[in-house]
Amino acid sequence: MTGLLDNFVLRAALAGVGVAIVAGPLGCFVVWRRMAYFGDTIAHAALLGVALALALETAVIPAVLAVSAVVALAVARGTGRRYAADSLLGVLAHGGLAVGLVVLSFLPGGRGDLSAWLFGDILAVNTSDLALIWGAAGLAGLVLWLGWSRLLNSTINEELAWAEGGNPERDRLLLTLALALLVAAALKVVGALLITAMLILPAAAARPLAKTPEAMVLAAALIGAASALGGLRLAWVADTPAGPSMVVVALGLFLVSNLLRRA
Amino acid sequence: MNAPLIETRGLGHSDGPRHILYDIEMAIRPGEIVTIVGPNGAGKTTLLRALIGAMQPSRGTVWRKPGLRIGYTPQKLTIDRTMPLTVDRFIALGGSGDPDARAAALATVGIANLGAAQVTDLSGGELQRAALARALLRQPDLLALDEPTQGLDQLGEAAFYRLIERVRRDTGAAICMVSHDLHVVMSASDRVICLNGHVCCEGAPVQVTEMPEYRALFGLGTQGALALYRHEHDHGHDHEHHHGEPQP
Repeated sequence: MTGLLDNFVLRAALAGVGVAIVAGPLGCFVVWRRMAYFGDTIAHAALLGVALALALETAVIPAVLAVSAVVALAVARGTGRRYAADSLLGVLAHGGLAVGLVVLSFLPGGRGDLSAWLFGDILAVNTSDLALIWGAAGLAGLVLWLGWSRLLNSTINEELAWAEGGNPERDRLLLTLALALLVAAALKVVGALLITAMLILPAAAARPLAKTPEAMVLAAALIGAASALGGLRLAWVADTPAGPSMVVVALGLFLVSNLLRRA
Repeated sequence: MNAPLIETRGLGHSDGPRHILYDIEMAIRPGEIVTIVGPNGAGKTTLLRALIGAMQPSRGTVWRKPGLRIGYTPQKLTIDRTMPLTVDRFIALGGSGDPDARAAALATVGIANLGAAQVTDLSGGELQRAALARALLRQPDLLALDEPTQGLDQLGEAAFYRLIERVRRDTGAAICMVSHDLHVVMSASDRVICLNGHVCCEGAPVQVTEMPEYRALFGLGTQGALALYRHEHDHGHDHEHHHGEPQP
C-alpha cells in the first residue's frame, strides 16, 4: 500500500480528487447561499494562517481554522454597522493575504514557498500531506453528510427553518467550519488564490444539469473530480501548472454544461 | 386547558436608534384566530417573526409552549435561483413524508398541478401557496401567516378565509395573521390586535372597531369599512358571497 503511494502522480491524483469531491458539494452551498466572496475571503486569509503556523512552528490546519473563525466572526459582527458585507470581506480578504505575505517574507526560506501557497503544489504532496488533505476534506464532507437536510432547509429559507424549529445560525457556523476545513485541505492542491474556483465552478457547472439539490451536489462532486484528474493530465501532457490547469478544465466543463442546457 | 401557546413579556425591539416594538404583552391561545393589524411600519412583521422565533428581540421574552409546532408563511418567500428544487420536494422538507398528503395539500391551496414544477419557475402568488401547503402539512398547533392574502384577488381572498376557517375547525390550530386588509380580515378573526409599535388596543373585532385608538390609527368614521364589517358580521361567518365590495 505504501509502495503504491510512492508514485507522486498517484498521490497528486488522490489529493486532487479528495479535495474536489468535497469542494463540489460544499460549493453548491456556497452558490446557493451567495457566499462566494465569503469563501474567497477565508481562502485569502488562510494564507495568514499559514504564515502564522510557519512562524510559530505549529500545524498549518489548526492555524488556518483559527484565522477562518476570526474572519467569520468579524464578518458576522461588523456587517451592517458601518460597512456593507462585501466591503468588509474585501478588507479582510486582502488584508489577511497581505499581512500573510509580509509575515512569510520574514521567515527564513519563506519566500521560496510563496507560489506553492498561492497556486498550490499538488505534485509535491507527500504521504502525510495526503493524510491531512483527506482528513480535513473528509471532516468537511462529514459535516455536510450528517447535517444535510437541516443545512438544506436553512439554505432554502432561514425564516422557515427558524419557524420549523431549526437553527440557521448554527447551520451557518457549521458551513463556515466546513469551508475552513476545505480551504485548509485545498491550500496545497490549488493554492489560496484558486480555492474559490474549485468551489464555485463545479457547482455552477452542475446547476443546469440538476432538478434536485442532491443531483446538483452529486454532479458537482463528479465534475470536480473530473476537473482534478483532467487538470493533472493537462499538466502532465502540456507541462502547465497543475492547480490552474484543474481550474481551466472546470471552466471548460462549466461552458459545456451551459451549452448543453441551452441546446 | 386554555393555557397559551405563545406569550410575550415586555417584548421590545430596536434596530439601531429606531424603536420598532415596545412593551408588547400578548398571548395566543389554542384554536383562536388572531389578526395583527396596523399601518405600514407598525412592526407587524417584526412581531410575528419574534413570536415564531425567527428573530431575537432586543428586549423582553417570548415564551413558547415546549414542542409547539409552527407552520409559517413569510410575507415574501425568496428562494435563490441557483437552487434546483421541485415544489413537491419543497413542501416535503417541512416534514411530510407522505406523497399523497403532499398532493392533497397542493390541491387544497389550489396548485395541484405544480408539484413537479421547479420553485424558481413559480410566480410570487404560487410560491406563497406552496409555502401555505408546507405550513398546513406540518399539522401545526399554530399557523403564523404574514400578509397571506396579498397577491390574491377578491375571490381568492374569500376562498382563503374559508380555508383558514376550515383548518381551524378540522385541526384546532390557532392562527395568527398579519394584515393591513382591514375589514375582510377582521370579520374572520376572533381577536384583533391593533399594533403601532405597541399594542394600541385589542379585543373582539366588533369591540376594537369602536375603540378611539383604532379609529385614530385608521382614520375610520362610523361609515365605510365599519359599516361593511357589521353588515358581514350579521351573516355570521358565512360571508364569502361578496367580499370587498366598495361601499357607495
